[in-house]
Amino acid sequence: MALDPDAVRRIALLARIAVTDSEVAALQGELNSILGMIERMQGVNTAGIVPMAHAFEMHTPLRDDQVTETDQRAEFQAGAPAVQDGLYLVPRVIE
Amino acid sequence: MSDPVPLGLVATARALAARELSSVELTGALLERIACANPVLNAFITVDPEVSLRQAAAADERIARGDAGPLTGVPVAHKDIFMARGWRTTCASRMLAGFVAPYDAHVIEQFDAAGAVNMGKLNMDEFAMGSSSESSFFGPVRNPWDITRVPGGSSGGSAAAVAAGLVPAATATDTGGSIRQPAALCGVSGLKPTYGLVSRYGMIAYASSLDQAGPIARNAEDLAVLMNLMAGHDRRDATSLARPAEDYRRDLQRTLKGLRVGLPRAYFADGMSPDVRAGVESAIAVLRRLGAEPVEVELPRVELALPAYYVIAPAEASSNLSRFDGVRYGHRAASYGDLADMYSRTRAEGFGPEVRRRILIGAFVLCHGYYDAYYLQAQRVRRLIAEDFASAFEQCDVIAGPTSPTVAFALGAHADDPLQMYLSDIYTIAPNLAGLPAMSIPCGFGVHGLPVGLQLVGNYFTEARMLGIAAAFQRETEWHLRAPAAMTP
Amino acid sequence: MDWEIVIGLETHAQLSTHSKMFSGASIAFGAPPNAQACAVDLALPGVLPVPNRAAIERAIRFGIAVGARINRRSVFARKNYFYPDLPKGYQISQYELPVVEGGTLEIPVGSGTRVIHLTRAHLEEDAGKSLHEDFHGATGIDLNRAGTPLLEIVSEPELGSAEEAVAYARTLHALVRWIDICDGNMQEGSFRCDANVSVRPRGQTRLGTRCEIKNLNSFRFLDLAIRHEVARQIELIESGGRVVQETRLYDPDRDETRSMRSKEDAQDYRYFPDPDLPPLWVDDDWMARVAAALPELPAACRARYQSDWGLSPYDAATLTQSRDLSAYFEAVVHSLGATDQAKLVANWVTGELAAALNRDSLEVANARIGALALSGLLRRIVDGTISGKIAKDVFDAMWTDGAVTPGAADDIIEARGLRQISDSSELESIIDAIIQANPAQVAEVRAGKEKAFNYFVGQAMKATRGKGNPATINAILRARLTA
Repeated sequence: MALDPDAVRRIALLARIAVTDSEVAALQGELNSILGMIERMQGVNTAGIVPMAHAFEMHTPLRDDQVTETDQRAEFQAGAPAVQDGLYLVPRVIE
Repeated sequence: MSDPVPLGLVATARALAARELSSVELTGALLERIACANPVLNAFITVDPEVSLRQAAAADERIARGDAGPLTGVPVAHKDIFMARGWRTTCASRMLAGFVAPYDAHVIEQFDAAGAVNMGKLNMDEFAMGSSSESSFFGPVRNPWDITRVPGGSSGGSAAAVAAGLVPAATATDTGGSIRQPAALCGVSGLKPTYGLVSRYGMIAYASSLDQAGPIARNAEDLAVLMNLMAGHDRRDATSLARPAEDYRRDLQRTLKGLRVGLPRAYFADGMSPDVRAGVESAIAVLRRLGAEPVEVELPRVELALPAYYVIAPAEASSNLSRFDGVRYGHRAASYGDLADMYSRTRAEGFGPEVRRRILIGAFVLCHGYYDAYYLQAQRVRRLIAEDFASAFEQCDVIAGPTSPTVAFALGAHADDPLQMYLSDIYTIAPNLAGLPAMSIPCGFGVHGLPVGLQLVGNYFTEARMLGIAAAFQRETEWHLRAPAAMTP
Repeated sequence: MDWEIVIGLETHAQLSTHSKMFSGASIAFGAPPNAQACAVDLALPGVLPVPNRAAIERAIRFGIAVGARINRRSVFARKNYFYPDLPKGYQISQYELPVVEGGTLEIPVGSGTRVIHLTRAHLEEDAGKSLHEDFHGATGIDLNRAGTPLLEIVSEPELGSAEEAVAYARTLHALVRWIDICDGNMQEGSFRCDANVSVRPRGQTRLGTRCEIKNLNSFRFLDLAIRHEVARQIELIESGGRVVQETRLYDPDRDETRSMRSKEDAQDYRYFPDPDLPPLWVDDDWMARVAAALPELPAACRARYQSDWGLSPYDAATLTQSRDLSAYFEAVVHSLGATDQAKLVANWVTGELAAALNRDSLEVANARIGALALSGLLRRIVDGTISGKIAKDVFDAMWTDGAVTPGAADDIIEARGLRQISDSSELESIIDAIIQANPAQVAEVRAGKEKAFNYFVGQAMKATRGKGNPATINAILRARLTA
């Protein structure tokens, strides 16, 4: 699998990372060399092997349904890029 | 005033408890030393003398009152990946360059409760992605043994600060070798515990299923004391293991007689540089002299660890780092058009090249149509590697080998070739995939008088035994006592 | 052409917990913006999710109630996409292994019922809210709702019309409230539907291309949106066009559905198991405890009302619209101590009581006449103390004053002298006086004019101010006038 420039652009869009044309060219080479290294794993016969998502076969612990958090809006918003009336502001979302 | 710091954490704690010196005196002296050394080493991102001295004064009061804990007044510094309330917490990224943490990580709480003095936040690879601590937005960390060389990474600031005697111990994290490799390259000791022993709460996530916090210090006893503090169940982390507390010092005096040390053939094949091989082989000779029996073991699929890691870690990272979007905190691009543009510019500006690369790789391997071939295959290979270790541990009690294939390399050596950089973690990645504990201890010096590290990989929950092996080795050797000449106070 | 309509519904039921799905922040409605968005909800660096036991328990309760399979092991997965109301850049949901799979829901269709199959029900967290007004061209983000626990209930595409879709949604709405997992408040968004709609020529086995209509938060909008979407698709195909699979939004102001362009850019959610959350485990013991604590379900209740108490299917369905209503009804029946009067109770509960509640916009739990008080009133009808007609006046007086005690009706009957006159001799003398005063009408009755007979009944009721026992009055008049 080798990524072409369009594929690099599409992934960058999915990941919301702006890329210039010259960056696309450089990234194409870098990503393809990493994917080339990853390729080594693909010939391995893993039929019947259960994928391992966690280090241990454990079950998630659960929380009791209690409200433990208090309003910390002022502290949380102290360093926010843009707030007004307690709301976080972003460029207009069109639906 | 005598300086106990080069002797380590336990020695420092003892001197404080005996009131041979006060925490304020010691903290002040170390702050001066940091002020002196940091412009060169760049090991710290943030130092706040006022806060550190205030904590030291409080610790001195505690000692005077007689209710001191084991680490009261002991100066410790933290990798800048841990949220520490009121401290700027950056993960070495422009994305969080001005971010002040509004809460404490579990690890920070443990040190605070024990009365340790926070000496500041340590430099690292951006978002813990790297093996040289060069990807930091705040500039590269330099190796105290040779400032033209890297300290390793990602916990390069932690290893460099301990090696340079700026602090007796530091916290660090390890996703694919980020505690062990810098410990090896800086000639100090570091332990990555079994996955789940130390809570990840408040530790900025890189790859959640691999990330594990651990200590870097001068010797095995110090690591054991730090583990007693850092390990423990935390209900705020669903992957934190609920296990009874244990004393990680319990095997420090235990003999190595009858210990079966597994030597994986794959770890001793080509790839290791001759000076590293010489250091590791002499260390094995020491272990044998202490009564251990080397046995050859096979880890047939361990060579697949690197490709599997570079699917799993970027995949998790691409998702973990999506929260950095310029909406609620952190960097936001100065100029942008619509929402999509705001996101894309913010993230292109906020993340450095290596982080961007890993996010893109991670996004790709999770894409519809590629998920099975990349992500699921990597998870299956992950299980095969864990099974390899399980088989090996039927024949041995601990596995030994090199931590890093080479000694510290020059700054910029791998700047144009990410893959070469990745190979630096070739021996350290597999234990993360399996969730196993692993450590690095100094075992000699290679070319240019640079430290070589011995890696020990244990079975699950055998940290105390591993620390005992390291302690026995350190009673027999003095590699861990060496300090870089320029930095000797 | 004869078109077949195929509809599947995805319903988001907000689970009635105190705290969020993965954090200890409150989910109470109406807090100031972001006052209930804690570190976890804001996705601050380093925070981690821990699932809420009560949310999972509610999912299990639902699964048991619809006869579904509860998966012992289910997996939380991340659904990755960027949106400002989604702080982590991913939603924690369940993908390949949901907690609930299968199950059925019986819905009323015409005079009968239909069984609709459920695909699955999975746990997930809600997103925040975007506010578009008053920010000079910017959008304001409130994350109080972010992380609120949701159960997404997915039906098979088996609904054949807007009516069936609404019947399904109403039945589901009643069920989630009945088993107390969701408050069902549709204005506040606690229960909302997405409809997948497609059409195909009748007889074609392959499904047509579907469109998903998002966020329908009332039964009326659900009905209107589906009707319009079906009409749009048929018109499109019949005029030679092709339906494009897309997400559409129903605009109630313009009464139409339109494409949501913002969701169109080739989305790839990159689902994968959440590495922060080990699999969820539901053991037999937990399931057994949840099953044991479940109330009698509405379907069982309906069946019992019909078989044991002889109610009509219609009354049984009406009385099981909510657990509160059915509990009220049963309390009246039991207090009356006469299950043979269940039909009378049903008439009053679905009639006078429902009308009064509706008029005052009250829930049955807040009815101004308690079950014991209503039973006290009905007791007086049964024992003949008052007529049904007088009882309605007493009911109105009780409603106005508020009545909770069993004696409330008696107090009003006594205070207002409404006790029915059943004493024959008293009624006979009144009736005799009326007969003497109206010889012409007597003649008409004798000539067989039933209308004239009713005149005498009316006069007798008037003379007794409505308190005369109608049966006794009738009997006396018959004896006097037709003898």
